[in-house]
Amino acid sequence: MAQGVFVITEQRDGEFRKVSFEAVSEGRRIADGMTAEVTAVVLGSGIENIAGELGKYGADKVLAVDDAGLADYTTDAYVNVLAELIKNIDPVLIILGATVQGKDLSGRLAARLDAGVAMDCVAIKLDNGQLTYTRPMFGGKVLADVEIEGTPQIAAIRPNVMEIGENAKAGAVEKPEVGLGEVKTAVLERIMDTGDKVELTEADIVVSGGRGTAGDFKAIEELAAALGGAVGASRSAVDEGWRPHSDQVGQTGKVVSPTLYIACGISGAIQHLAGMSTSKYIVAINKDPEAPIFSKADFGIAGDLFKLIPAIAEEVKKLKG
Amino acid sequence: MNIVVLVKQVPDTESMIQIADDGTSIKTDDIKWIMNPYDEIAVEEALQIREAQGGEVTILSLGAQKAIEAIRTALAMGADKGIHLLDPAAEGSDALATAKILSAALKNISFDIIIAGHRAVDEDNYQVASAVAEFLDIPQISMVVKAELSDGKIKCHRALEGGAVVVEASLPALITTQRGLNEPRYASLPGIMKAKKKPVDVKTIADLGIDAASVGRANRTVKIKALNFPPQRQAVRMVEGESASEIAAQLVGILHGETKII
Repeated sequence: MAQGVFVITEQRDGEFRKVSFEAVSEGRRIADGMTAEVTAVVLGSGIENIAGELGKYGADKVLAVDDAGLADYTTDAYVNVLAELIKNIDPVLIILGATVQGKDLSGRLAARLDAGVAMDCVAIKLDNGQLTYTRPMFGGKVLADVEIEGTPQIAAIRPNVMEIGENAKAGAVEKPEVGLGEVKTAVLERIMDTGDKVELTEADIVVSGGRGTAGDFKAIEELAAALGGAVGASRSAVDEGWRPHSDQVGQTGKVVSPTLYIACGISGAIQHLAGMSTSKYIVAINKDPEAPIFSKADFGIAGDLFKLIPAIAEEVKKLKG
Repeated sequence: MNIVVLVKQVPDTESMIQIADDGTSIKTDDIKWIMNPYDEIAVEEALQIREAQGGEVTILSLGAQKAIEAIRTALAMGADKGIHLLDPAAEGSDALATAKILSAALKNISFDIIIAGHRAVDEDNYQVASAVAEFLDIPQISMVVKAELSDGKIKCHRALEGGAVVVEASLPALITTQRGLNEPRYASLPGIMKAKKKPVDVKTIADLGIDAASVGRANRTVKIKALNFPPQRQAVRMVEGESASEIAAQLVGILHGETKII
C-alpha cells in the first residue's frame, strides 16, 4: 500500500531553491499526521554534498541522483528518473515547488504516473486520512478545495507561501542507481540576468508600477533596491513597453506572494489583483483616492507617487542606516 | 509544416467570477468568453511559422458548443481549419482526461509541431500540454519566449526565474507559449468573413474511441469539493500627512514597527 511523502526538491548550481525547504517542511508536517516518512530527492550534477541539508527540514531520507546528464533540467531525464524512483517508493503524496521547472515537470510526471495534480497549492490539509488541497483558480479570484482520487497525489506548492520549519530528522543520503533514459531535448545555453536582481516570484518585497508611473520606473527601482525587493509591473505598463514581460504581475503574468507588495500608480484591474492578492501586506499609492486598488490594500496613500516614492525610499535608507 | 494549435475558450480575465449555488462551479451567465490569452500567442506563432515555411494550421479545441467562437476567432486570425471536440460527456473533464481526449484526436492528425498556451487562465492547471506531449511520446518545451525552426529542429528560449535557457528538440515536438513570444494579430474583417467558410470538423469522444466513463465532470481524478472567495482584507488604513516626507515617515514607521517587515 502506498505510504509516505515524497518531496522533489529543486537546486540550481548546487544551491537549493527556497521553495525546496518549504516543500520539505510541508511534507514533514503532512507525514507527521500520517505517521509516515519523508523521502526527499535531489537531482543534479555535483549535488551530493548539499543533499544532507534537507534533513534539517524534516527529511528522513534523501535520495541524491548525481549525474552529469542532470546538470541542467530536461523534462525527459527528470521525469524518467523520478517516475522510476516513485514507482519503487510508492508514496501517497508527492510535493514539489510550482516553479517554472515544477510546472513543466508535474504535468508530464502526472501523465506518466496517471496521477492527479493540485497545481499551485497554497494550503494542504490532512483530515481523517483525507488530503485536501487549496489552490487558486481563475487567477486567484477563487480558491478551490480539491481532493485527488488514488495515489500518488501530486501537490505543486506556490513558492513563498508555506512556512519553512526546522524539524531535524536523519536526512540519511542514499545514492540510487537510476538511468536517465531517452532524452529528446538538449539544453544548449543558459542566459541568466546579470547583477543581483531579486527574482519576482521569490522576493519578500515587491514594488510594482502601473500606468500612473507614466513610464518612469526610476524611483520604483530605487525603492525596491532600498528594500532589497524586486520590481514588478502591471499589464498596461508592460503593454506600453515600459517594462519587460517577465516583470508583469497579474492573471496573464506572474503570480507573486511576497510579505509586502507596494502598488504604485496601479488602479487595480481585476486581472492585476489576481496576481498579487495573496501578498501578506499590500500598500497602495495612487493619486485617485477612488482607485479600486485601495479596496484590496492594507495601507493606502492617496497622492503623487513621484514625490512619495523617493520620500519612502529616503525613510527606508535612514532606517536601515 | 503541419502545425496544430490547442485552443481553449475561457472567461475573460476582466470578468468578475461568481460562485454558483452548487458551491463547486462558477456562474457562467454573465461571463464574456474569450480565447485563452496564451492560446492567442500560440495561434500567432503558428501563423508566423506557416508564413515563413508554408504548411497548414489546424485549430484543435475541446469545449462546449460555444467554444466554436474561439475556433472561429483563430480561423479569422488566419488558421486554415478547425476540429471541435464536442461531447456533453466530456464537459468538466480534469486536466489529465482533457489531455487524453486531445491526444486521441492528435493521433489521427499528421503534425510537425503542436503549439499550446502554457496554461489556461480558468483552472490554471499548467498541465494539459505536458500531458499531451507525454501521451504522444514527443518532446516538450514549455514557456517559450522565442522559437526558431531549422533542419527539422526547433530551438527555443524558455523563460526561467531570473533568466532563460535555450533548448532544442527534433520535430515533431510540442511547445507552450509565454508572453513575450509575439504580439498576436487581430482578426481582420475580411479574415472574419473568410473564417465562416473554413472547415470545422466536429467529433465526439466516441469518434475518438474514448470511453465516456473515463472523462467528464463525474469522473474527475481531481475533484473540486468547494470554491471559496479569498479572505477579505480589513478596510484599508489611509496614511495621511502634510508633506510627502511626513507621510513616508509614517508609512515606514508602520511597516517597521507594526508589521515588522522592514
